[in-house]
Amino acid sequence: MSSSRLTNFLVPVLAVLLGVLVGSIVMLVSGYDPIAGYSALLYGAFGDNYYIGETIRQTTPYILAGLAVAFAFRTGLFNIGVEGQLIIGWLASVWVGVAFDLPKVIHLPLAILAAAVAGALWAFIPGFLKAHFKVHEVIITIMMNYIALHVSNAIIRSVLSNQGFKSEKIHETASLQSEFLQSITDYSTLHYGIIVAVIGAIIMWFLLEKTTKGYELRAVGFNQHASHYAGMNVKRNIILAMVISGAFAGVAGAMEGLGTFGNISVKAGFTGIGFDGIAVALIGGNNAFGILLSALLFGALKVGALEMPSSADVPTELVDIVIALIIFFVASSYLIRLLLSRFKKEGK
Amino acid sequence: MGVYEVLQIIIPSAIFFAAPLIFTALGGVFSERSGVVNIGLEGLMVIGAFVSVVFNLTFADRFGELTPWLALIVAMVVGAIFSLLHAVASITFRADQVVSGVAINFLALGLSLFLVKKMYGKGQTDQIQVGFDKIDVPVLSHIPVIGPLFFSNTYIPSYIAIIFAFVAWYVIYKTPFGLRLRAVGEHPMAADTMGINVTKMRYIAVMISGALGGIGGAVYATIISRDFSHATISGHGFMALAAMIFGKWHPIGAMGAALFFGLAQSLSIVGQSIPFLKNVPTVYLLIAPYVLTILALAGFIGRAEAPKALGTPYIKGKR
Repeated sequence: MSSSRLTNFLVPVLAVLLGVLVGSIVMLVSGYDPIAGYSALLYGAFGDNYYIGETIRQTTPYILAGLAVAFAFRTGLFNIGVEGQLIIGWLASVWVGVAFDLPKVIHLPLAILAAAVAGALWAFIPGFLKAHFKVHEVIITIMMNYIALHVSNAIIRSVLSNQGFKSEKIHETASLQSEFLQSITDYSTLHYGIIVAVIGAIIMWFLLEKTTKGYELRAVGFNQHASHYAGMNVKRNIILAMVISGAFAGVAGAMEGLGTFGNISVKAGFTGIGFDGIAVALIGGNNAFGILLSALLFGALKVGALEMPSSADVPTELVDIVIALIIFFVASSYLIRLLLSRFKKEGK
Repeated sequence: MGVYEVLQIIIPSAIFFAAPLIFTALGGVFSERSGVVNIGLEGLMVIGAFVSVVFNLTFADRFGELTPWLALIVAMVVGAIFSLLHAVASITFRADQVVSGVAINFLALGLSLFLVKKMYGKGQTDQIQVGFDKIDVPVLSHIPVIGPLFFSNTYIPSYIAIIFAFVAWYVIYKTPFGLRLRAVGEHPMAADTMGINVTKMRYIAVMISGALGGIGGAVYATIISRDFSHATISGHGFMALAAMIFGKWHPIGAMGAALFFGLAQSLSIVGQSIPFLKNVPTVYLLIAPYVLTILALAGFIGRAEAPKALGTPYIKGKR
């Protein structure tokens, strides 16, 4: 079926369009001007160099969070714990950034690596429980999110600061921030993390599509029993898939810790990046290239939204509604596929 | 401070914090017993909290003392209607139930904050003026020792929550409706063969969970936060989900777990004023519900078995 490829491409595109459409109905019904709203959004995302810089900066953690969710999806797992793994990765990267004095060539990679390891360890627990106790990873990862939130807050208060609300700034040698990137984007907060994120996407593509291990991981995701009979170690593969997914999530946290903020603060709630990562992965069709595009879409939506209250008087939350609707439509792809097949039959 | 005084602080406040969790967790039991995963409990609580606060602020003058009760009912109805989205997506359109639940959470928070800004021009509502009154239960509060601990100085919705857990148990285990509900969640095809309408049962179950989640959110907003903002419901729905699992998908178990989590929550807040808890870092109390749930699921605290057909859409005629 050559048309299935087309359908796979059309489903996310239609979901986005439907989401935007219903979003404009919401604006109309509540007395706002949708055209003004969406133009403000577009301007706020791509209007000038500063906004473009901010959009790319926001896209960076989205790419990695999306990769984390997608990697798990491709291997038959649902990692809702990206949020928690991201927080732990953020914490680890800042910790290494503050605690060591090293030359940049060692310090920066070490801090990113620490984030990856921390995220991976956090994801190891649900992976291990899934593999050995058959406990569903969704519930465990949700619980791990809250544990991550509270534990990281406690560590920030008692270890990284003296009962304060944020850590010290990381040392310059661990920072991803770049004077050059800031200066060409009218001093936005753009940093080198985007390069790390794109490399992450390439790694995921290579790992899943071009290596034997990646084939095994996908096979286990498709059919555990068949993989088992083919001589694959199902348990070890489940744990490995979760650990790699967690490593991507941890690096997403490092982007915030080493790039955007340069420190970590006590959080009242979640960053939301991990949950948005689910949407990014779904719209990106769980493949590395698709995720680059969908992360850009979500980065633009989030950053552009900030312009909506001032120039169109529309609350920023409209964008959250649109994102939720997009997730609904992608999740209900059965509906879209049904409509598409009807449409095709009538065309003949 | 003696043990009795300590208990006098802890127990009423545990019951106080547990009430919203009990309602919401019972909602989760209904939905998941029918085979539909409901991660959207958090969002349903958000909607309930939002609706009840707005209703309370708008109609407090007209209805006076009745306002919070009417607000509960309105929150219940709106919660049930809102949960239809989850039902339509996950039952009719066969969406991944977890993804649909995530969307519910996003949509609930986005929509309610959008409306708060639209209606009040700011990100947070005012404090409500009319709440529930604290009562002493007649007769029971005069029992020595137990009376002051369990039946004094508490809110009526807390007792309704506990009574409702027994009602839910009766409905799920002792009525034909409950039998059908469980059958649909364990083996939908067998249930279908026996003439039970699987789709209808699951729709009803999801809407009950919406109604109860709405009540849970409304109780939280009316008793504990007394206003509505982005941080009003932060993780309580997921804690209710945890209570449901810790209680092994059983109404009474879920209630027990919710009471226990309420205790942990209250200790993390009032713990500072209790001598022997002063030195325990609050983080242990904050993460206790989640850690215990993980241990329960891993089988360290008795095995928790989910309904067999949980999470799988039922497609007629498919084997």
